[in-house]
Amino acid sequence: MVARSDPRRLPRILSTWLASLVLILLGATAFAAAPAGGLTAEQLQRLGERNLQVVETAVADIAASGSPAALEVLRALQDGRLYRREADGVMLVAVRVGGVQLYSDPLASTTGEPLAEAEVTLVRVSNRIRRALSAVIASLSLDSEDPDVRFAAARQFIDSPDSALLEAIETALVDEADDRVRTALEVARAASIASDPGQSEEARSEAVDRLAAAGSSRARRVLLGMFIEEGSELATRRDAAVEVIDRNLARWQQVQNLWFGLSLGSVLLLAAMGLAITFGVMGVINMAHGEMIMIGAYTTFVVQGVLRGISPALAEVSLLIALPVAFLVAGLIGVFIERTVIRRLYSRPLETLLATWGISLILQQLVRTFFGASNQRVETPSWLAGSMEFGQIMITYNRLAILIFALVMLAAVILLLKKTALGLHIRAVTQNRKMAESMGIRSDRVDMLTFGLGSGIAGVAGVALSQIANVSPNLGQGYIIDSFMVIVFGGVGNLFGTLVGAMTLGITTQLVEPSLGAVAAKVLILVFIIIFIQFRPRGLFPQKGRAAE
Amino acid sequence: MITARLLSGRMTAWDVAFLLLLLALAMVVPLLNLVPAADSSFHVSAYMVSVLGKYLCYALLALAIDLVWGYCGILSLGHGAFFGLGGYAMGMHLMRNIDGRGVYGHPLLPDFMVFLNWDELPWYWLGFDLLPFALLMVVLAPGALAFLLGWFAFRSRVTGVYLSIVTQAMTFALMLAFFQNDLGFGGSDGLTDFRDLLGVSLTADGMRSGLFAASAIMLGLAYLACRLIVSSKLGRVLVGVRDAEARLRFLGYRAERFKLAVWTFSAMLAGIAGALYVPQVGIINPGEFAPAKSIEAVVWVAVGGRGFLVGGPIGAVVVNAFKTFFTGNFADYWLFFLGGLFVFVTLFLPQGLFGWARDRLAARKGGGVR
Repeated sequence: MVARSDPRRLPRILSTWLASLVLILLGATAFAAAPAGGLTAEQLQRLGERNLQVVETAVADIAASGSPAALEVLRALQDGRLYRREADGVMLVAVRVGGVQLYSDPLASTTGEPLAEAEVTLVRVSNRIRRALSAVIASLSLDSEDPDVRFAAARQFIDSPDSALLEAIETALVDEADDRVRTALEVARAASIASDPGQSEEARSEAVDRLAAAGSSRARRVLLGMFIEEGSELATRRDAAVEVIDRNLARWQQVQNLWFGLSLGSVLLLAAMGLAITFGVMGVINMAHGEMIMIGAYTTFVVQGVLRGISPALAEVSLLIALPVAFLVAGLIGVFIERTVIRRLYSRPLETLLATWGISLILQQLVRTFFGASNQRVETPSWLAGSMEFGQIMITYNRLAILIFALVMLAAVILLLKKTALGLHIRAVTQNRKMAESMGIRSDRVDMLTFGLGSGIAGVAGVALSQIANVSPNLGQGYIIDSFMVIVFGGVGNLFGTLVGAMTLGITTQLVEPSLGAVAAKVLILVFIIIFIQFRPRGLFPQKGRAAE
Repeated sequence: MITARLLSGRMTAWDVAFLLLLLALAMVVPLLNLVPAADSSFHVSAYMVSVLGKYLCYALLALAIDLVWGYCGILSLGHGAFFGLGGYAMGMHLMRNIDGRGVYGHPLLPDFMVFLNWDELPWYWLGFDLLPFALLMVVLAPGALAFLLGWFAFRSRVTGVYLSIVTQAMTFALMLAFFQNDLGFGGSDGLTDFRDLLGVSLTADGMRSGLFAASAIMLGLAYLACRLIVSSKLGRVLVGVRDAEARLRFLGYRAERFKLAVWTFSAMLAGIAGALYVPQVGIINPGEFAPAKSIEAVVWVAVGGRGFLVGGPIGAVVVNAFKTFFTGNFADYWLFFLGGLFVFVTLFLPQGLFGWARDRLAARKGGGVR
């Protein structure tokens, strides 16, 4: 900000002492020794000095230099990524790329190179400097080309309102074209006016209203941090504004819970979908279902390992490759289990339950033997990392992706059941096994494929769940009871019921949880289902006709 | 005399052999623990007495499961809950018996409550200082839970795998609840650090032997009671429920009432097993409610053979002896073995070890014992 070199602004700096101090220094030094432009290696080296004053001056100089590298250096300093090379004292900015630390000289336009840890020393900053840096970086960022950077800077101003920045904000507002940044800047302006006791009563109460309209917890913090005489008109206005925000936030809290509920519901849906098919079509209680999910998650882990060996660039698409692989792996294991064990137990459902439980123990121990008992790290591709803001709530991309993925999977399975020959056969066998056999459908083959399909879907679910769950041999155990609850609640053999069941249970859990706590909510849901089953023993959407028996 | 008449004609040679074996165990094991010198080859160590006593408690649990599964067709995946409740009732009594000798030395409150800064005993802990009350609770608490669940479930004809899943959900819910500190049962640590029972230290040799003998006698009594039930007319109805419930209902029997009675009785037996188990192992924690524990108990019955009564106890002892052996020597392979056992028994030994042995014997003799 070139405006900072104007000495006339100095007397107005009265608000928070810390920022003021820094800004005085900034202003004064920038005025006294305005560099002719460009960044010098000497300025950078001063950042590593012990004397705080010297460092502060150096920060100011660098900020005032107008060099495009200034922001990069100051950011690195704040994030603890600025290093000094022992050999020649040159300052280097470190960037972590694919697990390797690369160091580059911000003044030279060279690419980064790896260095041994002993060759460099980290430049440490005191808290005082760090706070000063926040403000400087924020105002430098307002000039950035990238709207996201400008938005983050505006946010920064709201978080630490400073009357000294008012002019800068107003300047930025004049040319700001991006609506999102503009709104944030307006709130930032209101924040700095509201928290400045030097402003007129009228201006401040107007700012309070603007903050109330913003409705965010950021604005609320600004309001509560205002210096106001108790009992004044402004204080009343402020209290009313806080109340408005509280109401708004409470509403958003409900939206947030709803979102968490949908997210949990989608997880349950994914976990239960495969079970809905095997249980619904074959009446087989597959206690090893959770282990199929676990195998899917481990398949993801292995696929990522293999792809990393081929090319690091493939990490971005590893999940997409893992999906069909997991389907095949889990599906084939399912077919194997069906051929060797389940086929022999069709007339004895309770024994099937025991045998599949035994299989689940064996699968868990197998995975434990090969991969160890500890959690495995499954990478998240960059397009699933991060989150977006929706009003006052955060929506993480991986949760959103799982929700969408679960619905897509459901649609795919329904299509498969309704539109393909296999689906037709599966439905025929579900409705009336004897009759289907009479019509020439090989029911044992259908059973095998159905079980493979259900297991494969569980494997695919495992790929998705590897993004949010701990990938350990016990992964499946966490889902098996919940999955059964979803099926029993929604009704056996009805995918629509599975959807409704999963979403109902997910949303109810999340709505009850804030007031009761996670465990009590879970217990309550289980008790609810136990009671529910008494009244609708066949679930919400029971099968009709002969298949019901 | 009346008992003898009641039992005449209802007991098989197997029953008599089993009961005599229990009686012998109840006398011989304590004797071998107390009389021979510690270095004698006849001496049974105190540790061994506790281990055997634990097996007998598992055997009683298996008997309770066989009664409902083998004769009534109810596959319970939640008997661990009843076992655990009985154990907790006994644990609460033992906790009250600590009497100010805990780490914090509070005269009334167990250590974990002092730790949680509670200043008075919750109402549901009252009365547990009296052994008779605690013993009553050992059967009443699991009995009440079973009655409640059964009353709802059987009335609305929840059967088969649905019932199994409901029982599993029940024990899972209890596990989650008991893990909570605020519930007042010691949270994840459960109840432990017990001192004495009836004024005698739990670690005294006489106490261990006494508890072992009590377990053996209790198992014998429970076995007699179960035999009486299954060989009575009630038992015939139960088998009818197991094999063709709808048909029985058409004949005018209120199937759900018979089921409920036996189900509740079975839960009480499981509670007694838990109560005998806790003083012998010295701890009860929410892990006992884990669904895996209950389902493991079911496999004991499957291994021993269901529908014979004697099969459950045999399976419990055999599987747990293997477990002790495996976890001591090849801990990593235990789950392979247990899992394989589940599959093997269901596929190749549908009658269990007892049924298999009996058939083999009968084939050899050309006639059979029964």
